[in-house]
Amino acid sequence: MAAVVQPWVEDPLSTGTTIMAAEFDGGVVIGADSRTTTGSYVANRVTDKLTPIHDRIFCCRSGSAADTQAVAEAVAYQLAFHSVELQEPPRVRTAARLFQQSCYRYREELSAGIIVAGWDPRRGGQVYAVPLGGLLHPQPLAIGGSGSSYVYGFVDASFRPGLSREECTQLVARALALAMSRDGSSGGVVRLATVTAEGVERKVLTGAELEGGEGGAMS
Amino acid sequence: MEARSARMLPPPFWAGGPAPGQAYDPCAPGPSTGVLPLTRTLSPMVTGTSVLGAKFDGGVIIAADMLGSYGSLARFRGISRLLKVNDTTMLGASGDYADFQYLAQVIDQMVIDEELLGDGHSYSPKAIHSWLTRVMYNRRSKINPLWNTVVIGGFYNGESFLGYVDMLGVAYEAPTLATGYGAYLAQPLMREVLEKKSSLTQEEARDLIERCMKILYYRDARSFNRSCPCVLTPDPGSQLGHSSPGQERFRVTGLDR
Repeated sequence: MAAVVQPWVEDPLSTGTTIMAAEFDGGVVIGADSRTTTGSYVANRVTDKLTPIHDRIFCCRSGSAADTQAVAEAVAYQLAFHSVELQEPPRVRTAARLFQQSCYRYREELSAGIIVAGWDPRRGGQVYAVPLGGLLHPQPLAIGGSGSSYVYGFVDASFRPGLSREECTQLVARALALAMSRDGSSGGVVRLATVTAEGVERKVLTGAELEGGEGGAMS
Repeated sequence: MEARSARMLPPPFWAGGPAPGQAYDPCAPGPSTGVLPLTRTLSPMVTGTSVLGAKFDGGVIIAADMLGSYGSLARFRGISRLLKVNDTTMLGASGDYADFQYLAQVIDQMVIDEELLGDGHSYSPKAIHSWLTRVMYNRRSKINPLWNTVVIGGFYNGESFLGYVDMLGVAYEAPTLATGYGAYLAQPLMREVLEKKSSLTQEEARDLIERCMKILYYRDARSFNRSCPCVLTPDPGSQLGHSSPGQERFRVTGLDR
């Protein structure tokens, strides 16, 4: 008797997701949800989508889990080598450019929407978007992933350049919570990381600590 | 066993291309699907809409809005779709923005290499236009186009230049140009003005372009209010104009309330 194969076994593993990064004077705040799905099954509910590329440079991954992991590993290797050659911390812009080179060259095969964010001594905190198609765009605040569609309005209304570190953190946490409550492919916990000259501070926010999850006018 | 030997055969010579005697569909997966990596732009992702261009007495003006659309989402609202090549040439592109960034990178490197020759010469607008035509045509012939429509404007040896190249390698010059929606909405307006006056002053050209950009904002659902006009004159060299939000002189007629 042939084994019954559940339909979700054949589904590709995707980080349908919400990812976000915001820069403030002195560093960046990055955040992501923690859900990885195969179809509609939650394969991993505590995923870490904030991938370190170097000591002070992270990337937020959305799209195919396999594609983004592979590209991130390749870029991390290239950047480590480059940094040793330079004998100084690499620029965030360099990391973003390395992502862009892979994402543009293999654009038709990859499903990878990436946000590169970090801190370097030259330019401080920076955020770069490398969406599907492989273009490179620096922004003070970037959102991505399937859940981001639901918070474009919120982010447009709330963000302005010159926010403090605390305000940025609040904004990122709130936006992620809102997106996760509406997007089926996003969920779990909110993972935050703040990258500054001093280092990386990671935080996990669970449902109990988040506002705007179940509340709101339309429940 | 048959399946295994079929997989060990090398991909057909016309990998991904037409097979003689067969109906050919460029969009269908080719015989080498899964064997060779796909490296062609089959679908544009983040796109720019119309680019307009007009010649005037003593220079050229081109304009494009500052929006990168991701389908219907107005995703990147501050990008520049214009490129200053050198003091005599500039270009603007609609279509896929990643391909435009790639093109910009290649052109910037070309200009640097030419500068290093140190002979005082730099690319003329006609030269850039001619080169780009060949690049776009050869890419399309490999079924791997740069998904862009490019408007090249310049002023060289006392003459204005305005040229068009698209992703198929179609190229021509004209006194006014428009890509995308602009070709349907703006081009007739621009041609009408130029039929009455054989040449425009810089002021008139600028007014004409701004009027056309306003109309495109009314009627093109993928356009944006902020646009970047670029005026090129012999002195003091070309200036990339400051981006300005369009004046919202909306007047919707026909509504009673």
